[in-house]
Amino acid sequence: MINTVEVRETNEMIEKEHLDVRTITLGISLLDCIDSDLERLNQKIYAKIHEAAKDLVKTGEAIAREFGIPIINKRISITPVALVGGAACKNVEDFASIAVTLDRVAKDVGVNFIGGYSALVSKGMTPAEELLIRSIPLALSTTERVCSSVNVGSTKTGINMDAVKLMGEMILRTAEYTKEEDSLGCAKLVVFCNAPDDNPFMAGAFHGVTEADKVINVGVSGPGVVKTALEAVRGENFEVLCETIKRTAFKVTRVGQLVAQEASKLLNVPFGIVDLSLAPTPAIGDSVADILCEMGLEYAGAPGTTAALAVLNDQVKKGGVMASSFVGGLSGAFIPVSEDQGMIDAVSAGALSLEKLEAMTCVCSVGLDMIAIPGDTKASTISGILADEMAIGMVNQKTTAVRIIPVIGKGVGETVEFGGLLGYAPIMGVNPFSCEAFVSRGGRIPAPIHSFKN
Amino acid sequence: MKRAIITVVGKDTVGIIAAVCTYLAAHKINILEISQTIVQEYFNMMMIVDLKNADLAFGDMADGLEAVGEGIGVIIKCQKEEIFDKMHRI
Repeated sequence: MINTVEVRETNEMIEKEHLDVRTITLGISLLDCIDSDLERLNQKIYAKIHEAAKDLVKTGEAIAREFGIPIINKRISITPVALVGGAACKNVEDFASIAVTLDRVAKDVGVNFIGGYSALVSKGMTPAEELLIRSIPLALSTTERVCSSVNVGSTKTGINMDAVKLMGEMILRTAEYTKEEDSLGCAKLVVFCNAPDDNPFMAGAFHGVTEADKVINVGVSGPGVVKTALEAVRGENFEVLCETIKRTAFKVTRVGQLVAQEASKLLNVPFGIVDLSLAPTPAIGDSVADILCEMGLEYAGAPGTTAALAVLNDQVKKGGVMASSFVGGLSGAFIPVSEDQGMIDAVSAGALSLEKLEAMTCVCSVGLDMIAIPGDTKASTISGILADEMAIGMVNQKTTAVRIIPVIGKGVGETVEFGGLLGYAPIMGVNPFSCEAFVSRGGRIPAPIHSFKN
Repeated sequence: MKRAIITVVGKDTVGIIAAVCTYLAAHKINILEISQTIVQEYFNMMMIVDLKNADLAFGDMADGLEAVGEGIGVIIKCQKEEIFDKMHRI
């Protein structure tokens, strides 16, 4: 039977070390809503999401009550809208009307984000997909809770450089359209390589076409728990360090698995995956950068950071895999800047640059995340940053992503405040040299040689 | 068997166990195990209870216990056993 020590350990993780379930995300297929009449399409989308998700928030709260663990977000992911709206949408305003419907239904069922205003264009773009991409600035500036993502490359297909060029322009335009709110729109826009179909985390969540009609995916978190566990093994060798991370990741992930199964049962929706990620928040003690410091670095960004992050990411996966029957999504350590107080401190101290962050993305679970850059950065430079990150994902057969915010009207050294879970960030310098001729070539970068495995 | 873990933490005072047990008995909740320590005048108790015959829903019971705790100046938390079981047992 459970003993006092174990009960106390679990409750201390929850009360003092910020152990929580970061999100229960309900994936909903909208493929059966497709209609050539825009009004009817919007009605069907609203009706399907509302029916599927009406009890999501209530159920999440009930589970949190039963186990005494906070469940921070209840969210929805949907089929990429480019596929759903293609038959009905003839211009960007048509597509943006779907975003408004999504925003309305998100508010009505009480979820804080809905993801899937997306297009998957890793090899080429259909006219509908290009239209959706061009509608992103309008969609994100006229809605509050809609998140958008675009997959522009994969190991199997290479990189769609036309889409990369277009996304550089769209990120900048989204920043301009939302400049009154410090370009907040860009915090809800992610560009992916190898995007997973079952990611529960925003802003990149969408319900892939390989998925069932509905599915429950859960994202766990707990950087504070790992940091506290590592405090007890200061100065020990790497074997002890790795074992400690692994053991802690196991415990954290088991909670996610329990919550996912319970949510699946109560909502009568199949369980998809647990995303075993370490997702930081701006709260003190809930930082991935602090784990890197506990491992022995003065600041995140110091020499050794990439190696430390590689160890952390790998051990989180090794510990988590055994704890859950199905793992998926992004799974690993997230390294957003604005959402992690330790990262913010590292940037402010001059320890962490954009280039070092890029190196770190080779070994972390995702990519360049929540990074504020000067608002006068050229679209082609943003496309260059995207291309670099996509290339890392393509060659290393991993998911990479870019969520970058050119803050209109602000420059290096200034700070931008997004509020809530999105946090605040010092604006980082960008390499000033041009890549215009490179990104303007057009076409696509072929898939790497090691992708030919058939 | 549906089991839950009740934890009570707070400054030691007369009647903590009595208050919790009275509430549980009133709602037909059976106590399977109690362990209790006092560290520097702070009261720490853990109870394993059986909810099989409980006459109220889990959420209402947890709210009720929280209210009992507020009445005597301690924090009472009630959680289903599975969270501990999953985390500490393979």
